[in-house]
Amino acid sequence: MKKLSLSNLNDLFSAIAEKENLYIPTDNSVGQAAFSLWSDGAVLSEKCNTVRSAKDLFFPQVENLVNFKVTGKQIEVIENRDPAEPFVVFGVRACDLRSFDILDRVFLSEPVDSYYRTRRENALLIGLACSHPSQTCFCTAFGIDAAEPAGDITCWMSDDTLYWRANTEKGATFTDSLAILDDCQDDPVHKLQEDLRDRLGRLPLHDLDLTGFDSDNMIKLFNSEKWDELSQSCLGCGTCTFICPTCQCYDIQEFNTGKEVKRFRCWDSCMYSNFTKMSAGQPRPTQKERFRQRFMHKLVYYPSNNEGIYSCVGCGRCLQKCPVNANIVKVIKTLREELS
Amino acid sequence: MQKRMIAKATELLNNGTVDRVLGWKTGEFFYDLTPAVFDSVSALEAKFVFNSFSGANLSKYLIAESRKPGKIAVFLKPCDSYSFTQLLKEHRILRENVYVIGVQCDGMCDIDKVRNIIGEGLLSVRKDGNHLIAETFDATKTIAKSDVLLERCAVCKSKKIVTYDELIGEQGDVCESDRFDEVARLEAMTPEERFEFWRNELSRCIRCNACRNVCPACSCEKCVFDNDNSGVKNKAAADSFEENMFHIIRAFHVASRCTDCGECSRVCPQHIPLHLLNRKFIKDINELYGPYMAGADLNTKPALMDYTKDDCEPSIVYERNGGAQ
Ligand code: SF4
Ligand code: SF4
Ligand code: SF4
Ligand code: SF4
Ligand code: SF4
Repeated sequence: MKKLSLSNLNDLFSAIAEKENLYIPTDNSVGQAAFSLWSDGAVLSEKCNTVRSAKDLFFPQVENLVNFKVTGKQIEVIENRDPAEPFVVFGVRACDLRSFDILDRVFLSEPVDSYYRTRRENALLIGLACSHPSQTCFCTAFGIDAAEPAGDITCWMSDDTLYWRANTEKGATFTDSLAILDDCQDDPVHKLQEDLRDRLGRLPLHDLDLTGFDSDNMIKLFNSEKWDELSQSCLGCGTCTFICPTCQCYDIQEFNTGKEVKRFRCWDSCMYSNFTKMSAGQPRPTQKERFRQRFMHKLVYYPSNNEGIYSCVGCGRCLQKCPVNANIVKVIKTLREELS
Repeated sequence: MQKRMIAKATELLNNGTVDRVLGWKTGEFFYDLTPAVFDSVSALEAKFVFNSFSGANLSKYLIAESRKPGKIAVFLKPCDSYSFTQLLKEHRILRENVYVIGVQCDGMCDIDKVRNIIGEGLLSVRKDGNHLIAETFDATKTIAKSDVLLERCAVCKSKKIVTYDELIGEQGDVCESDRFDEVARLEAMTPEERFEFWRNELSRCIRCNACRNVCPACSCEKCVFDNDNSGVKNKAAADSFEENMFHIIRAFHVASRCTDCGECSRVCPQHIPLHLLNRKFIKDINELYGPYMAGADLNTKPALMDYTKDDCEPSIVYERNGGAQ
């Protein structure tokens, strides 16, 4: 275990940024937290979590895939992906760290998504235990321990000290290269963890019950009459999918500049009317089916294909940001009534 | 208020005036209400709620709801009634299928403002008269409602309920509002400063479309930006400038139909002050064509759909600041 006085936090960031690009959560001009490239003096946000998740640094909203240039009968394929540079993300919460397990199972299984993989390989993730879990947090329901975030390195913060522990080889090598950190005992961290776990246990949604969300109940859940009521006021906006750390759908589009064709990918949302619109037409005709898809995917389809792991991490973003407050907790609670 | 509303809705359902009631239903917490259609008295009694977080404007749902069989009752706050009236004017709602109950409103709250005051780790919120009591693990704070009003409520344009079949509470008047102050501040900037301001604000956009989808003036059955055959479908913009243009185009499209209902700013997850774009249009229309309020009545012609010989010339925008822009 290592430690650092919080008064030297800026020096730590500066030492990291000298080696690699460093992203930390900072408060933006409207007082919300966002991961941003650190520059001298940038202050770590005290918010419980960022509005956009750490996912965006690995699976950006829009990215170039490839360009094509046609001259006569020749088609030239031009690689234009982002340069692969190592980078560090500091301050990732336990929920967002778990989201990488979920995304990896999609993007890193065959056929591997090389754009995502490159960023994953280049990144060093530094987790930060939560200090202020909030009413909308329910990571505990998915067995995530906010007091023990994963990542290459895990950090905890008391009022005056940052504690630092390497978890992976990559993390250990990185730690060794930082002379600014001092050795210390584990005890203070245990105390911080105890306090945090006590708080987590007092959150209103900490014991949200997911029993029955499994492949055995797939058809029953799919056919539930409750979807009408649940989806009734959904605007089909897609906010919930764009801020979600585990939503992973994208569309591939092309743009003709006149000189060349740019092929790019961008986030897509199952909440949209033209989502997965193929030659056969629209598979999900109304908002009810689109809404159902989002939650069935998170709570039933994904776990059915991935050893029971849900593709929600309980970060609470959709609870905070849905314009009409239709969210996954309401879906879980309402459908649970059907199952029992 | 809530009690009287439930009693009224119960009466209307029981005496057969309506078959359904559009209102707000309770959530997990005090503040996460959801617009909902109630079709029975028991559903009303179990879930209907009207509190300081009934901000969601129900008017737009009536485009679809008024086309369903039977009649629906709806509760409209003053600002919602402007949206409703504007939609009537655009023939988007079937008036005969809607029974409007106007409700007096003393302002709705913004939960993010509560979060900003209390600090991280909000655990609960409840109401006590004109105050909200917010709790975290470490603190309990009493917050005056007036300190956490939604932006649109802090500068409420009108307490008047434009269209209704009956009222609960008092009818109000158009308010003296300083809603254009912020626009004036932007107008006073140099073009470069203003450009910077908007580039910064709009740079946070994640194009989630919440602003468009919630907007009562954005009622096209299929938005051109969603339409694969439109030639301008736009799930993602080619660059950040094009992304910025989306908002400017949308503001143009709703100009003279936007009632300044404030929903776009309320729902934006990135707190982009979209109302400032729309208010700039409203202010310009007022100044160039004479005072006009969308949704204030059914008859006045919107400035941009009307022509008179003394209409300003388009070049006025150019000339206004001595041709500097
Ligand atoms: S659930 Fe909420 S955030 Fe998601 S699409 Fe519907 S209205 Fe938008
Ligand atoms: S579904 Fe909601 S709570 Fe779950 S991970 Fe996504 S945004 Fe977070
Ligand atoms: S959901 Fe859990 S890990 Fe995520 S911010 Fe909240 S307490 Fe922390
Ligand atoms: S709601 Fe906000 S983030 Fe979403 S598209 Fe509109 S301006 Fe962008
Ligand atoms: S643009 Fe915004 S303020 Fe104007 S009508 Fe639409 S949602 Fe309301």
